[in-house]
Amino acid sequence: MSIGTFAGPVRSHRRALHSGGVRWAPYVFLAPFVVLFLVFLVAPIVTALYTSLFSVERSGLGFGNANESVFVGFDNYVRAFSDSGFISSFGRVLLFGIVQVPVMLTLAIVLALLFDSATVRWKRFFQLSVFIPYAVPAVVATLLWGFLYQPRVSPIVELLQTLGVQADFLAPGTVLWAIANVSIWSVTGVNMIIIFAALQTVPRDVYEAARIDGAGEFRMALRIKLPMVLPAVFLTTLFSIIGTLQLFNEPMTLRSITSNVTGDFTPNMAVFSATTLGGDINLGSAMAIMLGLVTFALSIVVSVASNRRKGGSR
Amino acid sequence: MSRLNTSSEVAAGTSRSADGRQVLSGSRRPRVHAEGERPSVRARLLGWIFMIAVALYFLAPVYWLIVASTKSTGDLFSTPGFWFADFNLWQNLVDLTQRDNGIFWRWMLNSLIYSGLGSALMTFISVISGYALAMYRFRGRGVVLAAVIGSMLVPQTVLAQPTYTLLVNIGLNNTMLGVLLPSLVYPFGVMLGFIYAQTSVPPELLEAARMDGASEWRAFFSIALKLLSPGSVTILLFAFIGSWNNFMLPLLVLSDQRLQPVTVGLSGWSQAAITVPGLQTLVIIGALVSIIPIIVVFVSLQRYWRSGLAAGGLKV
Repeated sequence: MSIGTFAGPVRSHRRALHSGGVRWAPYVFLAPFVVLFLVFLVAPIVTALYTSLFSVERSGLGFGNANESVFVGFDNYVRAFSDSGFISSFGRVLLFGIVQVPVMLTLAIVLALLFDSATVRWKRFFQLSVFIPYAVPAVVATLLWGFLYQPRVSPIVELLQTLGVQADFLAPGTVLWAIANVSIWSVTGVNMIIIFAALQTVPRDVYEAARIDGAGEFRMALRIKLPMVLPAVFLTTLFSIIGTLQLFNEPMTLRSITSNVTGDFTPNMAVFSATTLGGDINLGSAMAIMLGLVTFALSIVVSVASNRRKGGSR
Repeated sequence: MSRLNTSSEVAAGTSRSADGRQVLSGSRRPRVHAEGERPSVRARLLGWIFMIAVALYFLAPVYWLIVASTKSTGDLFSTPGFWFADFNLWQNLVDLTQRDNGIFWRWMLNSLIYSGLGSALMTFISVISGYALAMYRFRGRGVVLAAVIGSMLVPQTVLAQPTYTLLVNIGLNNTMLGVLLPSLVYPFGVMLGFIYAQTSVPPELLEAARMDGASEWRAFFSIALKLLSPGSVTILLFAFIGSWNNFMLPLLVLSDQRLQPVTVGLSGWSQAAITVPGLQTLVIIGALVSIIPIIVVFVSLQRYWRSGLAAGGLKV
């Protein structure tokens, strides 16, 4: 800035020299992203849309070129709609989300508030222990919990047995909650950190004022801190709901130890098995697009609700 | 942030001594004051119990993994899960290394390429794009920004099947590039790069660099990149976790075992373990070995994810 005043006389000259660079630089800087965005985000969506409108007809004993792509309009979408397994998988993840998201977020909020208060000591250790599971990939987390669910290996099942409880975490009725547990274990930490970071940005004098007014830690957390971090809470809610609809890694991995997770347990698994085992990439594309649309619609609903809420509270 | 922490701890310290005085003198005078700054003994006790339960829940599976990694297949099924038996860790590591001509280490190397190289490239692309969007006014800027924000709501897993369909069409199916290249598109990273550039690169500084005759390229590399490095580390960290976690796309794309990342490889072993005895032990030791690098990165980069920059964790 002081350089600016010193360089005053030459300024216009230098500027002219580099104005070409200034004009082109942003395009050069953005080029890799824009190219990759077009090729690996826009093109796949277009390809899937296109593929979903076709069907492969297998003619006769066909080898080689005998398979023909035929335009079938919305047939694949109709087939996906009438696939009861695919439709009920949406119901399953919805049920999953209704339980998992509130439980996980409540735990994350309570932890964030505790870490922000004077109630807890050893904050660094406890924060790290809550956050560490986030570093464990979902597949490995599921393998890990899978061992803890299996009667022959699990010390937990053993412990429950000595207490007289016959626990079967992998039964048809409980396996969904076994998956919910893995996912709570994995993502609570990162949500806690986001809410905690939001709490840290609240000016401390707000609390001082409340303290002088005689508010206790608990009331302060509920009445002052929580409303101030509501935007962060809504954001984590939004991303959790998207994550729930996308559920794939955990149930897919759990299939290796239990047959109670079906091939179309979640929408994404239905997409996967239609594409691979079913060998029907066209139907798979239609399903993927339907899942994308549902996700998008739900995100919009949550964003609108969140914006309205924010507008109301201010 | 750390300064605020210290001051609140100092405040807690003083109020504790106030608490002590209160007990000694039996006076109720400082009560309201003390309650505000330091919770009651009962609240603290409940807090401790709750935190210990929470830590047990989150750490016990990891502890179990460490214990189980030291056991032979026989001991895994016959000895108490939460306590050590005969120390068999080295033998397990040797078995892991020898299985299928060391395929496990090949998987680790693949994961390192997909996640390490992939997230480094992706971070660079995100930062330079965010910087361009924040620092320049040019035609098309609005379109790019709108595309970035709009695509943030398209989750990666929903793109896996369409990406696979595309890769089949362009002949990149069952190749390393087929997994690596799609992972470089990360609109959320660009958004973060944009926010970081807006908040941490003063435009006056760029103007000064230009007047000194620096090219746009040099202004970015020698000035902006330094200012953007804390933000970059945060993007890198979460990008790395995200791609180490990537499962559906490689599962669809990579049929060749030798190209698979460690997550896909291990889940394949887990599936085979039903019929192949002894493979379960390798799944366990493999799981442990595969998470050590990420945990080391996590613990050593604590100050980045702990700080307010944790907004980068929004990718779930």
